[in-house]
Amino acid sequence: MTTIKIITGHYGSGKTEFAVSLAMQLAAKGRKVALGDLDIVNPYFRSRERAEMMGNEGIRVISSTLGHASSLDLPAVSAEIRGPIADPEYDVILDLGGDEVGARVVVAFAEDIKARGYEMLLVINAYRPETRDLDGVMRYLEGIEYTSNLKFTGLIVNTHMIWDTTTEDVLAGIELARQVSHRSGLPIRYISAIKSALAGLPPDIEGERLPVGMYMRDAWM
Amino acid sequence: MSKVLMKGNEAIGAAAIAAGCKYFFGYPITPQSELPEYMSARLPKIGGVYLQAESEVAAINMVYGAAGTGKRVMTSSSSPGIALKQEGISYIAGAELPCVIVNMVRGGPGLGSIQPAQSDYNQATRGGGDGDYKLLVYAPGNIQEMVDLVQLAFDKADYYRNPVMILGDGMMGQMMEPVEFKEMPKMDLPAKDWATTGTQEKRKPNVINSLYLAAEELEQHNIHLQTKYQEMIDKEIMFEEYNMEGAELVIVAYGTTARISKAAVDLLQAQGIHVGLIRPITVWPFPYQAIKDLPESAKNILCVEMSMGQMIDDVRIGNEGQRPIHFVGRSGGMIPTPQLVIDKVKEILNGGK
Repeated sequence: MTTIKIITGHYGSGKTEFAVSLAMQLAAKGRKVALGDLDIVNPYFRSRERAEMMGNEGIRVISSTLGHASSLDLPAVSAEIRGPIADPEYDVILDLGGDEVGARVVVAFAEDIKARGYEMLLVINAYRPETRDLDGVMRYLEGIEYTSNLKFTGLIVNTHMIWDTTTEDVLAGIELARQVSHRSGLPIRYISAIKSALAGLPPDIEGERLPVGMYMRDAWM
Repeated sequence: MSKVLMKGNEAIGAAAIAAGCKYFFGYPITPQSELPEYMSARLPKIGGVYLQAESEVAAINMVYGAAGTGKRVMTSSSSPGIALKQEGISYIAGAELPCVIVNMVRGGPGLGSIQPAQSDYNQATRGGGDGDYKLLVYAPGNIQEMVDLVQLAFDKADYYRNPVMILGDGMMGQMMEPVEFKEMPKMDLPAKDWATTGTQEKRKPNVINSLYLAAEELEQHNIHLQTKYQEMIDKEIMFEEYNMEGAELVIVAYGTTARISKAAVDLLQAQGIHVGLIRPITVWPFPYQAIKDLPESAKNILCVEMSMGQMIDDVRIGNEGQRPIHFVGRSGGMIPTPQLVIDKVKEILNGGK
């Protein structure tokens, strides 16, 4: 069964890296994937920067009406995204901009998204100062629900320190996500980190493992 | 405090607050808007002031006013915005006031692009405003260093009573990295007895001004300013050397391009090609002596920049005609790859082929 997955959360939590990694994983399984880059808040490190790579894997990448050029600082989202949203043959991944402001854009498509059914997933990185504790995460959770006009359906553990991420970091992230889960009733849907950090996790922990490809960072970073 | 993951722009804001800065005046511009956004959320909570001015010109003049009270104050912008601030920066330097100015450089000239560049080097190191003034200019190479230098910048600004600039680029502003806020060593700073904080009728009013109508007085003022700049040259030069001993070629690069160059140096080393790197951390004052004293083994110098080659002049001054100086770079918001640097190094070592 195909789904619409909306990836959102506090800016800098790793939404785009997760969204691109998920798209690549689904494409590798032979699924028909469309990725909507709806980030009109920040012009750096957007998933459209990897449009060519994803295109080569058969992923349909949709961003601005003016194309994927990374230097465009315009709040223009292509209406083309309405096609895959309405088409149940597509697995749709919507990569939103950060925070409540970044999530607002999805309102334009909210009715179509609700009509087909969706998952909205909150990316949580406990090493971001604003989302280091339960109250911080809940503020973003509630704020994004308020502006997006949609309800969260699950959580993504994405607590990381980029290349330095250890299994202990991920476990600390799971601990925070469990608190959020307890408070909100939302399940942990994914646990996401670099492969080496995921490898050490105990097998019985809830949530699908998604190794990030580190697609968004150039080798020198 | 343990490590956190921060974006360059917000890390600067956190570092400024850690350094006791409570006042920020600015105007949004990509790619640095996260910094004013951060300050707008934080400063009101700690009894400070964040004010979005009607323009960059207004913002820098608000900095001028706030700095006159002796409080720690900051502004930030990106290239065209910093160009607009130049008049105020010259006034602040002329009036000998401390402040910290952040430039997250983007492609130019003019409105240019919103992608990263290093093409404001001349503006930062030569002064875009009028008169014989200088800024102390730090060019951090990663977010941790940026956090440390922002805090140092406030001390240096107070010590010299002079504006200090943090020269980054859009990539440094937008990139996420682990950072730690360390307890910084306290600098012994003179009392701000020049500040306009009210006389209580116990002293003569302090006057803050950059206007000297008597030519003799203005000349004396300039001579005094020069002694400060000379002290900066004597005491403040910072640079990093990497893989230098026995290097047959030395790359000179700062900020993001230094990072790219370092990756190139490591990749070349793995191929048995020994290349060194000098990374200026202060671009004014510039580490001329380090360029002059390159190891005997180095036969060529390569400047790597995200501009059409603005730092070459400084490398030329340090080099004193000893070695050929080459250049490779991208501009307009394009980012050089380590491979571009590697190819250029090989071309130079093969005698230009």
